[in-house]
Amino acid sequence: MPTVRVQQEDFDVGRELDTLMRDRVDVGAVASFVGLVRDLNDGHAIRGMTLEHYPGMTEKSLEDICAEAHARWKLLDSLVIHRVGSLAPGDRIVLVGVSSAHRGDAFEACEFIMDYLKTRAPFWKREDTPEGSRWVEAKASDDGAAERWKG
Amino acid sequence: MVTLLYFASLRESLRCSREEVALPSSNATVAALIESLRSRDGPWPDAFAPGKSWRVAVNQRMADLATPIKPGDEIAFFPPVTGG
Repeated sequence: MPTVRVQQEDFDVGRELDTLMRDRVDVGAVASFVGLVRDLNDGHAIRGMTLEHYPGMTEKSLEDICAEAHARWKLLDSLVIHRVGSLAPGDRIVLVGVSSAHRGDAFEACEFIMDYLKTRAPFWKREDTPEGSRWVEAKASDDGAAERWKG
Repeated sequence: MVTLLYFASLRESLRCSREEVALPSSNATVAALIESLRSRDGPWPDAFAPGKSWRVAVNQRMADLATPIKPGDEIAFFPPVTGG
């Protein structure tokens, strides 16, 4: 059963990934992705950022994305944790973890979940730069990354 | 009545996060709702001008201009998403 959480608090990567394999012996592979706040974006120094979301729809869309990953690959479990609110450079933003019997399924499903999260889950970033704050624009390259999983 | 929600840069430019409005007509669609929002004064026509990039969700599912809306629906407008 996929686990989805949207929260302000930080998360412990090791402890969260452990929930994908604890008390079971059928897991042969766990793949994970951790997204972090960088101090530079598009040539702008970043002092911090604020993440907004659509309570209810965001969780639903993450659950749908995980369900689609489970339908496409042989997965044993999956996990998505995404933070909202104020974050500083170096802070963790998102964790995706996927477990399966073999690494191929886990690697691909983890990348798929991130690509779909980037283009479908309702989150919006506002960056604080020395010149003021600005909403981050969606990138065509993210649409391209999600596109390749079609058909 | 339907509930309208606005997020992120759209919420800021419209200076509105939530409102209740009457359906523009029976058998209404998202397109009809957009038409009525465009007819308002202030920042509304520009925010929903053709070519402006926004997304719409009806009852927390991604939708489009042809999606029907009915009394009690929750309709959200927001810019393209930038999470992760």
